[in-house]
Amino acid sequence: MKAYLTRRYRFSASHRLHNDAMTAEENSATYGKCNNPHGHGHNYVLEVTVSGQVDPSTGMVCNLADLDGFIEQEIVERYGHMNLNTLDEFQKLVPTTENLCLEIFDRLQKGFRPAKVEKIRIEETMMNSFEYAGGGELAH
Amino acid sequence: MVYLTRRTEFSASHYYHNPEFSAEENRRIFGKCNNPHGHGHNYTLEVTVKGEIDSKSGFVVDLKQLKDIMNREVIDALDHRHLNKEVPEFEHQVPTSENLAVAIWKRLQPKLSVARLHRVRLYETSDLFVDFYGEA
Repeated sequence: MKAYLTRRYRFSASHRLHNDAMTAEENSATYGKCNNPHGHGHNYVLEVTVSGQVDPSTGMVCNLADLDGFIEQEIVERYGHMNLNTLDEFQKLVPTTENLCLEIFDRLQKGFRPAKVEKIRIEETMMNSFEYAGGGELAH
Repeated sequence: MVYLTRRTEFSASHYYHNPEFSAEENRRIFGKCNNPHGHGHNYTLEVTVKGEIDSKSGFVVDLKQLKDIMNREVIDALDHRHLNKEVPEFEHQVPTSENLAVAIWKRLQPKLSVARLHRVRLYETSDLFVDFYGEA
């Protein structure tokens, strides 16, 4: 029987939204306060949804300790308390939460083996969030 | 495809009453919600849009634009209003959260040009919400 499991994680990071290919005026018009040269930060919430058959012996889709360990090591360690603009993946990519979704999903899909990574959701603030399922449509 | 959800809140009053039903039927079907003096809720609205990431800006949609559209089309029309008496959609329709979610979809959908509307989720209370995907 297939089941879906979602777990929430948190990390805090700073970023500045700025595209070198645009003029100062364009950057300011596009990104508003987020273009402040000194950056600003968020308490991000990351929700990871994985799926798989429920193992009849353990009753689990995957061991939560494996998922926690992977997220801690590969995601929270990498992004937590960092300035996103200083990371390799954001040297040529604006660290919007849309782009952060793509990066994190990619790392999970490439590295996490115990279950299928279905979807991630990132809350940038209480009032906005972003979902990505590898580019396809969400089931619902 | 990336999905973006923005949340907002509004407070409004309403009561449930269908003039085609008898007084007894209205009471039986709508219960306490049929109180003619109305009652209110703090609604939470989540609007989800979908689209591809613009390679230049890194955005699916400008959040400020989305917020402005939500404020103009929904909040200004519904916040601190009596839905039955002040919102045209409910002149001849019971303002249930189901009907309200559909009405909000119809208000927002034609105004969104960059990203497409995916879902309207309306919480009437923290324990009760309605999802509408624009399906017939």
